[in-house]
Amino acid sequence: MPVRIGIPRYLSYFSFYPLWKTFFEELGADVITSPPTNQQILNAGVAEAVNDACIPIKLYHGHIMEIKDQVDMLFVPRLVKLRKLGTETFCPKFLALPDLLRATIKNLPELLDTRVDLTKGRFELFHIARDIGERFGASLTTITRAYYLACRALRRYNRLLRNGMLANDALEYMETGCKKSQQVDRDALSIAVIGYPYLVYDPYANMDIVKKLNESGARVHTVEMLTPRQLLREAKKMPKQMFWYYSNRAMHGAYHYLGRKRVDGIIHISAFICGPDAMLGRFMEIEAKEWGHMPFMTLSIDEETGSGGVDTRLEAFVDMLKRRGGQK
Amino acid sequence: MKLTFPHMGYSYVAFKMLIEDLGYEVVVPPEPSKRTMDLGVRYSPEFSCIPFKVLLGTFLETIEMGAEVGISSGGVGPCRAGYYSIMQQKIINELGHDFKILSFEPPQSNYLDFIKKLWMIKPKRMSWRTFIQLIKKGYKKLEITDEIEFLMYRYMPYEINKGDTAKAFKTALDMLDEAQTVDDIEDARWEGIKVLAKVPQDRSQTPLKIGIIGEIYVVLEHAVNFCIQKNLGEMGVYTDRSIWLTSYAEKNVFVEGREGERDVFQMAHPYLNEMIGGHGINSIGEIVIYAKDGYDGVIQLAPFSCIPEIMAKGIVPRVSREEGIPVMTVFIDEQTAAAGLVTRLEAFIDLLKRRREQNADKRQLA
Ligand code: SF4
Ligand code: SF4
Repeated sequence: MPVRIGIPRYLSYFSFYPLWKTFFEELGADVITSPPTNQQILNAGVAEAVNDACIPIKLYHGHIMEIKDQVDMLFVPRLVKLRKLGTETFCPKFLALPDLLRATIKNLPELLDTRVDLTKGRFELFHIARDIGERFGASLTTITRAYYLACRALRRYNRLLRNGMLANDALEYMETGCKKSQQVDRDALSIAVIGYPYLVYDPYANMDIVKKLNESGARVHTVEMLTPRQLLREAKKMPKQMFWYYSNRAMHGAYHYLGRKRVDGIIHISAFICGPDAMLGRFMEIEAKEWGHMPFMTLSIDEETGSGGVDTRLEAFVDMLKRRGGQK
Repeated sequence: MKLTFPHMGYSYVAFKMLIEDLGYEVVVPPEPSKRTMDLGVRYSPEFSCIPFKVLLGTFLETIEMGAEVGISSGGVGPCRAGYYSIMQQKIINELGHDFKILSFEPPQSNYLDFIKKLWMIKPKRMSWRTFIQLIKKGYKKLEITDEIEFLMYRYMPYEINKGDTAKAFKTALDMLDEAQTVDDIEDARWEGIKVLAKVPQDRSQTPLKIGIIGEIYVVLEHAVNFCIQKNLGEMGVYTDRSIWLTSYAEKNVFVEGREGERDVFQMAHPYLNEMIGGHGINSIGEIVIYAKDGYDGVIQLAPFSCIPEIMAKGIVPRVSREEGIPVMTVFIDEQTAAAGLVTRLEAFIDLLKRRREQNADKRQLA
C-alpha cells in the first residue's frame, strides 16, 4: 500500500501545493489534502491551538486535526528562508510550527518537517528533494524525475497566477482542466487586495471578500499576479527590509500598485494578533497616504468577525471608489 | 543636541552618565507611567507589542521635554524588535515632530553602518581612545547596576522587616547614580553591597524558588511588569531571572553550571529546534535549566501578541509536563491590571507550596 501523506490545505499550501503534490505522487505516495477551511476546522483549530496565537496558526491546527487520522505522515515543512534579501526569514510562527504542533496535538502521525533554507546553495531544493526521496526509498532517477516534474508544475501554477487567476481557480484548472473565470472584465474598478496568500486565497477565512468584490464590479489584483522581478524592483523603496517573506512580498506589491496607479484602491487583509501585520499594516497605510492619497482599508480577520460588518465596510469602500472614479 | 534613550529597568543610571560624559545634554526618560502607555497606545498599531508601545510613548514624552535625538537598537529579526525604530520614526514624522531615532544595528550585520553611527555620536574633538574609555566606564556602571539589583532580589525573601531591602537598594542605586569617575563607581559598588548586606535577615526558612523567563523588555522593565520580582520577593519568594542587560550574570551568577547561551539552546533542543527571534528559544531552554536546578516553578512573562513568546507558550505545557516543573505564563498588555496579577501570583505560590509539601511527604514515605 502506498504511503499516505497528508498536506493541510492552509498556510504555504497556496504558494507551493503543486510542487509538493507532484513530487510526492511521482514518488509513489498518496497525497491527501484536508478539505477547504470550514466551520468545523475553525472550531477544532481554536480548541487545539494555544489561545493567544493568530487565526492562521489556529486554522492550520484545525486542518491538521481534520486529516491526521487518515494519513501515515504529515508534511509540515519548516520554511525558513527562500531567498537572500536582507535578513529575511519566514514569520517566527512558521519557523516553530512543527515544534508547536508536536507540543499541542496529541496522537500525531509522523511529521515530515523538512527544514527549507534555500539560501544555503544553488541546488538546495534538489538536495531537499533527494533527502525526502531517500526516506521514501526511491531511486535517484525517480527522484530527479519527480523533482523536475514538480518544479515544472510549480512554474505552471505561478504562470497561471500571474495571468490573473486566483489560487483556487488555478489549482482547480491544473487538476481538472476546466477554466472558471471568476474575474470580471478589465475596465471595471480595480482593487488591490494585499495580504498573505493564506488570507487572500482562503474564501472561508476572509469571508469571501474576493468574490464579493467581483460581484460589486471590481477586479481584484493580488501580489501573486506580479513577477518576482516586478516585486524586487520595489524593494529599494523601503528604508530597511522587513524580516518576513510574505510581509516583504506584500509591501513590495503595495509599492508596485501605489507607484503605477493601476488600481483605484487597496485593501489590506490582516489577521488578528498577527505580529508582522502590526508593522506591515501601518507601513502601508502611511505610504498609501504619502503616495498620492490612495484609498486604503484594512480588514482584520479573527474567529469572531461576522461577515455582516465586513459586507457593509466593503460596500462603503467600493461605493466611495466608484464616486471618486466618477469625478475624474 | 539633546539626546534621549529608552527606559529599561534601572539602566538609565549608566546611560545618563555616558551621554553626559560625551558632552551632550541628556533627557532622562521618565519611568513608564499610565501616561506613557496612553500615548504609546494611541499612536501605535493596535497589535504591536507592549515594548513598542511603551517605547513610542517614552519617545513622545521625551520630545515634549525637548529631546531631539533618540538612541535605540536595531536588529536583524526574525522578530519585530529590529523594525521598531523604522516604524517609530515613520509614526513620529507623521505626527510632525522633528526627532531622529538613531538605531544601532548589531555590528555583525552592518559594520559600516555601525561605525557611521558611532561617528555621529562621538564628539568631533574627542579622541577615539577617550571615547572608548567612556563607553567602557558606562558599561561598568551598567554591570554594577545589574549586580546590586541582583543582590536585592537575593536578600529580599529573607528580610525581617518588609521593605528594608528595597530601601537599601534605592540608597545603593542613588550612590551609584552620583558616582562619576571609575574610582567613585568602584567605591559606590562596595558601599552598595555593604548597605544591602546589612539588611536584617532571617535565614531559618527555605523560601520557594521561582525562575523568571520571557521576553527581555517585560522581564527587565519593572514599571511594565508590575515589579513582579519585588512583589514576589516581598511575599518571601526567592526569584532568579534569566535575563540581564549586561553579561554580568553569565560571568558571575551561573557558576553552578550554566555555560553561556549555547547551553540554553541545547536544552531547548528536544522541544524547539529553530531560532525564532526574541527570547523564544531561551525561554524554553531556561525552563529546562530551572527544572534541573531544582526550582519550584517558573513564571513566563510575555507581551501580548509577542510572536516568539506565543510560540513558546504553546510549547511550554509539554516542557512543563516532561520536566516536571509548573510554569505560569503572564501576558502583559495595556489592560493588564496589577490586582489581577497579584491574585494569580498568590494562587501560583500556593500551588508550589502544596507541591513542595507533597514531594516532601513522598520522600518521607520512600
Ligand atoms: S505572519 Fe501573521 S498571520 Fe502569518 S503566521 Fe505569522 S503572525 Fe500569524
Ligand atoms: S520578542 Fe515579542 S515583544 Fe519583543 S519585539 Fe518580538 S514580538 Fe515584540
